[in-house]
Amino acid sequence: MSSPEAAPFAETPAQSYWRGLRHGTPFLVILVPFAMLFGVVAVEAGLSITQTMGFSVLVIAGAAQLTAIQLLQDHAPVYIVLAASLAVNLRMAMYSAALVPYLGDARTPLRMVIAYFNVDQTYALSQAEYENRPAMPMANRIAYFLGVATPICPPWYIFTWLGAAFGTRIPPEFALDFIVPIAFLGIIAPALRTLAHVAAAVTSILVALAFAWLPSGLGVLVAGVVAMIVGARVELWLEARMQ
Amino acid sequence: MNVSNAELWTIIVLLGIGTFLIRYSFLGIIGDRKLPPWILRHLRYTPVAVLPGLVAPLVIWPQATGGQTDPARLAAAAATLIVGYITKSLLWAVFAGAAVLYGLLYLLG
Repeated sequence: MSSPEAAPFAETPAQSYWRGLRHGTPFLVILVPFAMLFGVVAVEAGLSITQTMGFSVLVIAGAAQLTAIQLLQDHAPVYIVLAASLAVNLRMAMYSAALVPYLGDARTPLRMVIAYFNVDQTYALSQAEYENRPAMPMANRIAYFLGVATPICPPWYIFTWLGAAFGTRIPPEFALDFIVPIAFLGIIAPALRTLAHVAAAVTSILVALAFAWLPSGLGVLVAGVVAMIVGARVELWLEARMQ
Repeated sequence: MNVSNAELWTIIVLLGIGTFLIRYSFLGIIGDRKLPPWILRHLRYTPVAVLPGLVAPLVIWPQATGGQTDPARLAAAAATLIVGYITKSLLWAVFAGAAVLYGLLYLLG
């Protein structure tokens, strides 16, 4: 019997790619309506189709893209739009750090491609896969990651375009104004995993409402910073109580 | 929206570059170094710290009603949060919220 490390990996990179693709495909159910929603909302807000596509291709991050559009509609200054949207994306620094042990030795152009496609779903599935199969060779890891990205990232562009191209025909009875808050709430609710997350969210709401008189968007930034600190504090407090 | 085309493209490109740099940070630049625990502790809460503050004024003072608090929109927001929290699913949450919103807008005229 050979140790699992010494055994040759029983899968070709092509097979790893297809497995990644199969694992990523169910996410289309969420991604298709969400991408179309972004396309509709961006065009309704006054962006051209090219600008809408610019967001989805250059940024590929739904929550941050919607944040930017919402703040633009509130007439927030450019620096606040950028600061708040980038703050929403800061969590991806954690994803980047978590992938280093598995993909840190890949060639630089590949690491750049992986970074570009490093979104919530590609990160979550790949990280779990690498943990379950520590013997996976680098070529298979990369192939798996790109397999997951295939049904996630290109459809993000395509359905953004469909939403942008056909969305303006949606009649006003559909109260599209409120679909954006509902989409945000749909992102927030499943993320309320611990008491610390709930505390951060409640703080964010209270501070944002209290500072709603500030120039557009500034209240959100203040709320974000305070809520982040409250989340971290509550986490420390919970940990201390556990011991 | 009162921004010029040039400003819009500036936002799109800078947001793209900034997001890429966040995603490339450790994979490409910092490498295999542990994040200090206090930074990790704050990063974990960035989405739930920013998004609720963004959405709260939209729920309580909706633009479509000129800032008047609206029962249909409040109920839709509550339904989205409750269903999303229980099912842990973005999709079910949005379906529930949209169903309550359209149902009540129809019933309340």
